[in-house]
Amino acid sequence: MTRILLPAAIAVALFGLSGIVHADAPATPIVSLTLKSHVFVPASLTVPPGVKVRINLSNLDGATEEFDSHDLKIEQLVTPHGRTSFVIGPLSPGTYTFMGEFHPDTAQGRIIVKEH
Amino acid sequence: MLAALLIVFREVLEAGLIIGVTLAATEGVQRRFLWVTGGILAGLIGAGVVASLAQRLSEAFVGAGQDVFNAAVLIVAVVMLSWHILWMSQHGREMSANMKAMGRAVVDGDRTLWAIAVVIAIAILREGSEVVLFLVGIGVEGTEGAWRLWVGGLGGLVLGAVCSVLLYRGILAIPARRLFAVTGGLIILLAAGMAGQAAAFLARANIVSALGDQLWDSSAILRDDGIAGRVLHALVGYSDRPMGVQALAYVTVPVVLFALSRAITRQQTAS
Repeated sequence: MTRILLPAAIAVALFGLSGIVHADAPATPIVSLTLKSHVFVPASLTVPPGVKVRINLSNLDGATEEFDSHDLKIEQLVTPHGRTSFVIGPLSPGTYTFMGEFHPDTAQGRIIVKEH
Repeated sequence: MLAALLIVFREVLEAGLIIGVTLAATEGVQRRFLWVTGGILAGLIGAGVVASLAQRLSEAFVGAGQDVFNAAVLIVAVVMLSWHILWMSQHGREMSANMKAMGRAVVDGDRTLWAIAVVIAIAILREGSEVVLFLVGIGVEGTEGAWRLWVGGLGGLVLGAVCSVLLYRGILAIPARRLFAVTGGLIILLAAGMAGQAAAFLARANIVSALGDQLWDSSAILRDDGIAGRVLHALVGYSDRPMGVQALAYVTVPVVLFALSRAITRQQTAS
């Protein structure tokens, strides 16, 4: 049992380390997103498939918002007049929706993943 | 109003379920009230502190501050729950015997009450800071009809608390001789789920590899962002599209706990 488990554990540990070393490869495209009057601008983003994409989110409102996407498995808080930045993907081609959890009536958006 | 109620309800419920399980697990332990109250107060203060530091937290670790923070506090909670489990595997039998003898009145000597208090504080701190940020936003913007949102928020708080009390009562309805086994199992699942979540946060922060972004997709059967999905998420770590590393952490925690408690029991019977 240990014969199998030990190499497996080492492999997992190495995988973890490679994750640390390759953190945020330089090729990561950056997309800017703004929240104004509880609306995402732009409401629709197009990003390439198969790569990680960094999203820089600025909140121009006086209220906190949570960028929430079940499709992307992301929940990210952004404070009043604050900024936050997070990485999504790599994603396969398709449409992924997101919303502002605290103002879902107006704060809706989508990310379209396709080749340019 | 309904929107505010739902937002606050979801957060309170997630923290409340964790508190309900830990309370049931320490039922009848002496001086519990002090520790639990302390944990709740520390959690509320912590929620305020975290909320006020939210912007700085976001900017930490190249923007991954929120994920790293969530992972860190979850790992602390997993360690605390593990400590409780292992202590119980060592002393559970005598406590169980005491309970039977004294009719669940008082059981002296759970030395892990402080660990339970930490878990309660962390649960409140995580979910509470979101509630604080949400409510502060309403206050600052001076939204028209803000009082409706406040009423909704208060309603969500009460509703979430009621659900947690119902869970606590429900667990206590279990016969005393089985109670320890059931709460022990629930605590292990809680720890496994938190470990899985922590691993997912670390993967999102790019600190560990995801080992597969999506092992399966059960969102068609039960989405983890609906109320039922969230309840299962909080209690047993349900995720509709888990990462590989998340599942690995989820399985590892119970396996390690079982092995350690086995070793402890064997040592006890040997001596």
